[in-house]
Formats: sequence, structure tokens, C-alpha cells
Amino acid sequence: MSDASTQRNLVMILARDLTSRLVMPAFVVDADGTLAYFNEAAEPVLGRTYAEAGELRAGEWATEWKPTDLDGMPLSLEELPLGMAFREGRPAHRAIRITGGDGVDREIEVTAFPLSPRRDQILGAVALFWERSPTER
Amino acid sequence: MRARIWGCRGTLASPGPETIRYGGQTSCIVLDLDDGSVVILDAGTGIRPYGMSLAGAHPRRVDLLLTHLHADHIEGLRFFSPFWDPDVEFRIWGPRAPAKGLEERMAPFFAPPFFPVHLRNVPSRPRFREVPDEPWTIGSATIQAEPIKHPGPAVGYRVEADDRSLAYLPDHEPALGADLRTMEDSWISGLGIARRADVLVHDCQYTVPEYEQRVGWGHSSTTDVVAFAERAEARRLVLFHHDPLHTDADLEGMLVDARSVRGAEPLDVELGYEGQTFALT
Repeated sequence: MSDASTQRNLVMILARDLTSRLVMPAFVVDADGTLAYFNEAAEPVLGRTYAEAGELRAGEWATEWKPTDLDGMPLSLEELPLGMAFREGRPAHRAIRITGGDGVDREIEVTAFPLSPRRDQILGAVALFWERSPTER
Repeated sequence: MRARIWGCRGTLASPGPETIRYGGQTSCIVLDLDDGSVVILDAGTGIRPYGMSLAGAHPRRVDLLLTHLHADHIEGLRFFSPFWDPDVEFRIWGPRAPAKGLEERMAPFFAPPFFPVHLRNVPSRPRFREVPDEPWTIGSATIQAEPIKHPGPAVGYRVEADDRSLAYLPDHEPALGADLRTMEDSWISGLGIARRADVLVHDCQYTVPEYEQRVGWGHSSTTDVVAFAERAEARRLVLFHHDPLHTDADLEGMLVDARSVRGAEPLDVELGYEGQTFALT
């Protein structure tokens, strides 16, 4: 047959289309948890471009930005909103701290949701995030 | 495998003197497989004359592959003679939807006030199957379905038999949100099932100026369909789902436009028409 197995699922394609048009920073991972895309709005928060980052596996991106809770305790993938969205198949939200690729520490709010075209299938997940203002800290 | 177009008009059946060369029946292609199996792609109004052509000699089994449930792709089914034959084993395949099953979504179309006969009373007792994620076989053919860009649940199909392939994407807008010249392959809707198809039957509803006024409606322009076919490295492109407002002369102008934007590799581009056949052997 054809190489449709290498084709991104339409839900993923639409997720990339949508997030590429948003001013809200967004991060898209596929069914394996691999970073598939982040939009231009995410670049200043993450401190690097998607072209620089490329496709990172779950274990890689989960440590790439050194996520911690607001007290500085390191967070595992499962404790991040994207990990929770995957594990539990529902939206998840948390405030965390990251270190950008530019070396700057930032506090961000993250809301993640699974990409599930049917109840027994998670094709990926999207995280929307934004930098906390000084008054929120 | 032999394929015949019984309907290639989009949106609304539009018979008349201005559409006589390419036809006014809505989407339907019939595939006769070498083992005697019959696979039908969509049930637009074109399926009715196909049924009439059988003159009562119905196949024992019919597999109908629906790309989606918009009316122009199912409106002929209620008037398709094998559908009313209790001796025909009738299977209807279609896209998954997030909540309701295929049969539940089809049923209102076969119920008052839209139709006098309930789906449960159709003599062939059709069985409904949502397309699987993986390729499957019907007779001597292997079928592959892939969700594609079109409003609501919709899939394109690839049918392979005897090492020949036909890809069918009658309603598809791959250029929505994507530059088809530069986007990576894996991010282009439908490209996987269209890859190196011997025959690619693809939506070409609009001219470029028309498309600019209809972005997001789920259809393609002449320029975009050629770009898609070239990215897919298809061997032969059949322009399909003709706009009901386009006359034969309009379509021939679109064919000129489509051929003019081809790249260095010569792509065989033609207009689909009722009665057109493809011998994929």
C-alpha cells in the first residue's frame, strides 16, 4: 500500500494549522509524545525557534526546558500538563517554571488538552501557555 | 480492475445542454474487480443510472465506500436498484465521527419527512462499517482510507489491485493552511493515499479567483490540485467534482489553466466525465 502510515493524522494537521495562526503560544506533540510543532508565538517564551529545536522525543523536551514547579522542584513528564492530558485523556492546567533556550527563567501557565477523535484514541496533545505577569507571581 | 465514472459533478446535480459533455450527475465511480467484486465510490446521483444499467442482474455483494455524508455523495443511494434487492449483500463503509456511528448518522436520510421508507425496512438490510485505520481487503482489492481536509468527517480512499492504484479524493482542500509547494510531505492532507497513484481522482471545483472567495469551503482550485498531484507524484490526474455552475466550456478553460501550471515533469491532466473508464490492469 501507500506510505499513508507516515502521514500525519488529519487531527494533527488541523492542530498545526490552527496553532500556527494563534498569537497564543502553543506546543503540539504527537501520539508518541514527540514534539511535532510549536508556533512562532511560543518561540520567545521557549527561547528558541522550532527550526532550532526540531522534533524532540518526550523524554527530551520534558527536560529540554528544565521544568520545575514554582518552588523549584523538578517535574517529570507525567507531572506536566501535557503528560496529564495524555495519561488521563482530559485537559490539565498548571503553573510551572522553565528555563528557555536563551537561558532565561520564566514562569508560565500551561493548559493542555488531548487530541482525541474518539474515546479510545489519543493522537497527540496541544499545550497552550503564556508567561505569568509579575502580579501573578 | 476497471473503473467507470458515473457521476463527477459536485454539490448539486446539474443536467442540461451546458453540462452534457462532462455530465451533471453527482459523485459516483464503480470499480469492477477482476474477481467479480464490485466496489462503489460514493452514491451521488450517478449511482442510479449505474443501477439501471444492470437491468436486474445485480451483483451478489456490493461494497459502497462513502467519503462523507454530504447530500451530493449519498443522494442517489435511495434510488439504486440493488439497494432494494433482498438477495444483495450490501455493505456501506464511511468515515468515523466523534460521537454517532455511521448508521445512526445515515438513518435520518432514510426516514420521514425526508423519505417514506425507514432504513430498517430497506430489503438489502445494509450493514454499516466505519472505515478501519489500517488497510483492508474487499475481493481482490486492498482499500486504504485516510481522513482528509473537508468540513466534517471525511475520508479519501486508495484502492489497489494487481499492483495498480486509484486514489479518490473528490472533496478535499489540502491547501487550507498549507503551502503545497513548501510544506513537508507528512503535513499535507491526503498525500499519503495519493502517493504515486496510477490514477488520482481529485476535487477541482474552483478556478483560482473563485477559490479566493471560498477558502475553507472544502474544495480545491486548479492550481492547488496540480500542486497536490505533483507533490504526490501521481501519474494521471482526473479533475473531479465539477462546480454545478460550470459549463462544459468553463471546465475546458479550467483544464487549460491546470495544464499551464504544471512543473517540469509532465503530469497527465484531464477532466473527468460521465462514462469515462480506466483499465487499471
